[in-house]
Amino acid sequence: MGAQIREYRQRIRSVGATKKITRAMELMAASRVVKAQQAVRESTPYARALTRAVSAVATFSSEDHPLTTEKEDVRRAAVVIMTSDRGLAGAYSSSVIKESERLVARLREEGKEVVPYLLGRKVIGFYRFRRREFAEEWSGFSEKPTFEMAREVGERLVADFTTATDEGGVDEVHVVFTRFVTMVTQEPEVIRLLPLEVVEGEEKPAPEDLLPLYDFEPGAGQVLDALLPKYVNARLFNCMLQAAASELAARQRAMKSATDNAEELIKKYTRLANQARQAEITQEISEIVGGASALAEST
Amino acid sequence: MAALQVELVAADRKVWEGEASQVSARSVEGDLGVLPGHQPMLCVLAEGEVRINSGGWRTATVDGGFMSVDHDRVTIVAETVDAAGMGS
Repeated sequence: MGAQIREYRQRIRSVGATKKITRAMELMAASRVVKAQQAVRESTPYARALTRAVSAVATFSSEDHPLTTEKEDVRRAAVVIMTSDRGLAGAYSSSVIKESERLVARLREEGKEVVPYLLGRKVIGFYRFRRREFAEEWSGFSEKPTFEMAREVGERLVADFTTATDEGGVDEVHVVFTRFVTMVTQEPEVIRLLPLEVVEGEEKPAPEDLLPLYDFEPGAGQVLDALLPKYVNARLFNCMLQAAASELAARQRAMKSATDNAEELIKKYTRLANQARQAEITQEISEIVGGASALAEST
Repeated sequence: MAALQVELVAADRKVWEGEASQVSARSVEGDLGVLPGHQPMLCVLAEGEVRINSGGWRTATVDGGFMSVDHDRVTIVAETVDAAGMGS
């Protein structure tokens, strides 16, 4: 058998093996993305309840809180970057990183010092490879974030935010993550986490509540103290869940096109192999015919 | 008699929702009972049990969090809720 056919058959086999893997990853991502979307939905009641409570405090009392107060002189800005732990998700991580680079450049232009907080091995690798400094890293949960992780990150951010700038604290916190819009659209997005802006869902008091009727126990200040860090955690958790769903959707798409490409390649190599086989047969026949006629002539 | 609309929410799911005639929880300042018609209130909860009376007592253990009462809507929010005693 000709060497060429063997080579083509070898290629077909190896592409076939890869195709099996990408197909399996596609199916896995597809089933997990449903669960991830479910998780996003299940975390909304908590976020909504918190938002309502925070806006109640904001509406019914005139408390000021360090977490909601804009600092006059912003010198250090924290940037939280959420990427995936694993690759093979198309442009998912790189588009988040690109967005974060834009944000970092903009903040630098405004004369702020940027303090990066990294989530996910991809961005950690990106920073390590370029030998850039960063404040903190977390990884190992990008596909299935737990609330404990969000709390850990949130507590660190709140702690740094409340520290004085000169002692290594930060004056504002931005988060770069991927918003899950639909199965086919996920957009990298930047939100400012701290200082908090409680605008969403602020409910106007009903007409019968002309005066602050809310009772705060122990007091409005303490209630805010307890509420706001939770609110930060809930928002972070929501970002993480959306990022996880986006990652899985991106992976599913990437693996789908990889599988399609593999099919295409197999088709192409099969054609080439058939052609080579046919050429070989034709050559053999013509050799036999040529040999026979040469023999017949010599006698 | 009017009933309370109770919602018990953990960080990653809604634990329970339904009507109840009484809710009692432990706030940081002591035990607290809520009946229909309670004044709007927002209180910080301590670690402990939340008991909801909806034709029989249901209990859940929370790790803190807070409870808001507003026009007979009671929302109990905690990061983690152990709902072993919630029944169905």
